[in-house]
Amino acid sequence: MSALLKVRDLHVDIPLAAGVLHAVRGVDFSVDRGQTLSLVGESGCGKSLSVLAVMNLLPKKATWHANTIAFDGQELDGVSEWQMANIRGSKMAMIFQEPMTALNPCYTIGNQLEEALLRHQPVSRNKARDRAVYLLEKVGITAADSRLKQYPHQLSGGLRQRVMIAMGLMCGPPLIIADEPTTALDVTIQAQILALLASLQKEFDMGMILITHDLGVVARMADSVAVMYCGQVVETGRAIELFENPLHPYTQGLLRCIPVPGKTKPGEHLGSIPGIVPTPIGEQTGCVFQNRCSYVTDDCTSAKIGLARISAGRAYRCLLRPKVSQKNMSESQAI
Amino acid sequence: MLVYTGKRIVLALLVAVTVSFISFMILNLSGDPAIALAGADATPEEIKFVREKYGLDRPILVQYIEWAGRAIQGNFGESPYFNQPVKDIIGDRIGVTLILGLCAFLFAVCLAIPLGVIAAIRPNTWIDRTALTISVFGQAMPNFFFGLILIIVFGVILRWLPISGGESWRHFIMPAIALGYYGSPALMRLTRTGMMEVLASDYIRTARSKGLRPGPVLFKHALRNAIIPVVSLAFVLFGYMLGGAFVIEYVFAVNGVGFLAVRSIERADLPVVQAIILLLSFIYVTMTLLSDILNAYLDPRIRVK
Repeated sequence: MSALLKVRDLHVDIPLAAGVLHAVRGVDFSVDRGQTLSLVGESGCGKSLSVLAVMNLLPKKATWHANTIAFDGQELDGVSEWQMANIRGSKMAMIFQEPMTALNPCYTIGNQLEEALLRHQPVSRNKARDRAVYLLEKVGITAADSRLKQYPHQLSGGLRQRVMIAMGLMCGPPLIIADEPTTALDVTIQAQILALLASLQKEFDMGMILITHDLGVVARMADSVAVMYCGQVVETGRAIELFENPLHPYTQGLLRCIPVPGKTKPGEHLGSIPGIVPTPIGEQTGCVFQNRCSYVTDDCTSAKIGLARISAGRAYRCLLRPKVSQKNMSESQAI
Repeated sequence: MLVYTGKRIVLALLVAVTVSFISFMILNLSGDPAIALAGADATPEEIKFVREKYGLDRPILVQYIEWAGRAIQGNFGESPYFNQPVKDIIGDRIGVTLILGLCAFLFAVCLAIPLGVIAAIRPNTWIDRTALTISVFGQAMPNFFFGLILIIVFGVILRWLPISGGESWRHFIMPAIALGYYGSPALMRLTRTGMMEVLASDYIRTARSKGLRPGPVLFKHALRNAIIPVVSLAFVLFGYMLGGAFVIEYVFAVNGVGFLAVRSIERADLPVVQAIILLLSFIYVTMTLLSDILNAYLDPRIRVK
């Protein structure tokens, strides 16, 4: 079976006064129906820009090109914005990070929900309202009927994010993209929203791309993971394998940053990755992680380093061979 | 919403009363009204007679209260120049001023809002710069000067339009443009910055992520938000155009309230001047009040708690 969404060699460039910022540099990922792919990485690593490019929602200044972006067998690179708008919302929907500002303050929840369906399907406003009520109940909002008449400012952040999720589901899209859907919410609400997303994804058999910088979320939600750093995928694989046996020094570093209940002693220092993320302006040779990596060799600064495939769906971008890296992983093994 | 409106109305009334009080005091202090009425070559006896006849010898506060009491009932006294009730004199001319103000307002809105929107969609293009140039001119040029340019070009050189009076609709074209153009830059700039800000907001991206076409994104989602402060400003400007047409009415000799005001000041026709000031402050305060209420109505964050 071919993947629901398959992205190969995606590039996003942003022209700046100081030069061209290569924000995304040759990213590959794919999602199957009913599966969750998690894009993980620090702020600015290009994970949001990658999915915005797929949706053709990048900021005006940014440009993108790719070897292929295939959605359900259809090539999206080269599709006009007019056609793309037919796909957005109906075939792939997006849930944004900021529920406080992502809803239009001037229109009621009902209006904004119904609009998502009316745009794509020839149904009556009443039918659209029924669908909105059904989905609001699905996302756990009580008294859904009366909520439709409310404005975004009358709802709490958690409720607004539920509304955003319902809005994404209005047309029953095969693919849903959630861009840090819980970052702006309280911890208790975060857990509820994640559980909700997971159950809806199963129920509607959707493919899901979950963007996050929280490895705890990845562990709970993802079937597969792509770890991004500085505009590149540095490691990818099934979530379980990747957590058990991280191969890239950056992934290992990320996992060391997480405290493990029962293993991390109170007061003990958590791991951190030294240095800062380089700004990817202009061309760069060698490994993107070279200036922060403790295993760095001369080859790392000059060689062109591709994604080394080691098994089905498992690949990493490093000159270190698995054996070498594995012996340095004792700390993260337990996770 | 009701409480909000009520508070605003009380505030507006207080402003109107204060304006009328201050203007009454200033007019009476700016010169002896009795001398002005009696004429420059009047004898002291004549001046004394006038002063007693019009009650100008009483304390000024008493005069104000008496005037205000009558004004509330719609009686603004009689003009010593026209020998007619002030109410009728103003009533004959207010229609002209309203038409001129409305035309100027429509001209300003129709020029400013589309230009502001286009400039926001295409920032830093030739059309944005054209809009900027138009607004800089409008802001920098005094409206009487622009009026004179219009008169020279369209009235004297091209002879397309009549240069003075108010007999037909054609007489209103130039004064309305001169008056409206002056108000349009502020509206245009506010529309442009508002639209640019809104277009960069998260909910516009949400609207696009639903697959909405550029039309609905722009007009339903963006303009609806950006227009709120523009509507407020437009109402205040409308008040200004109704009240601020003094110079323009004078330049084009349009026989409206502004023209009357200028001539009445020259004639020291105090009851007329006093009534016009009260009328204008009332118009201005009403427009500001309407602007506040409409603003609240358009913004659900204020309207719905």
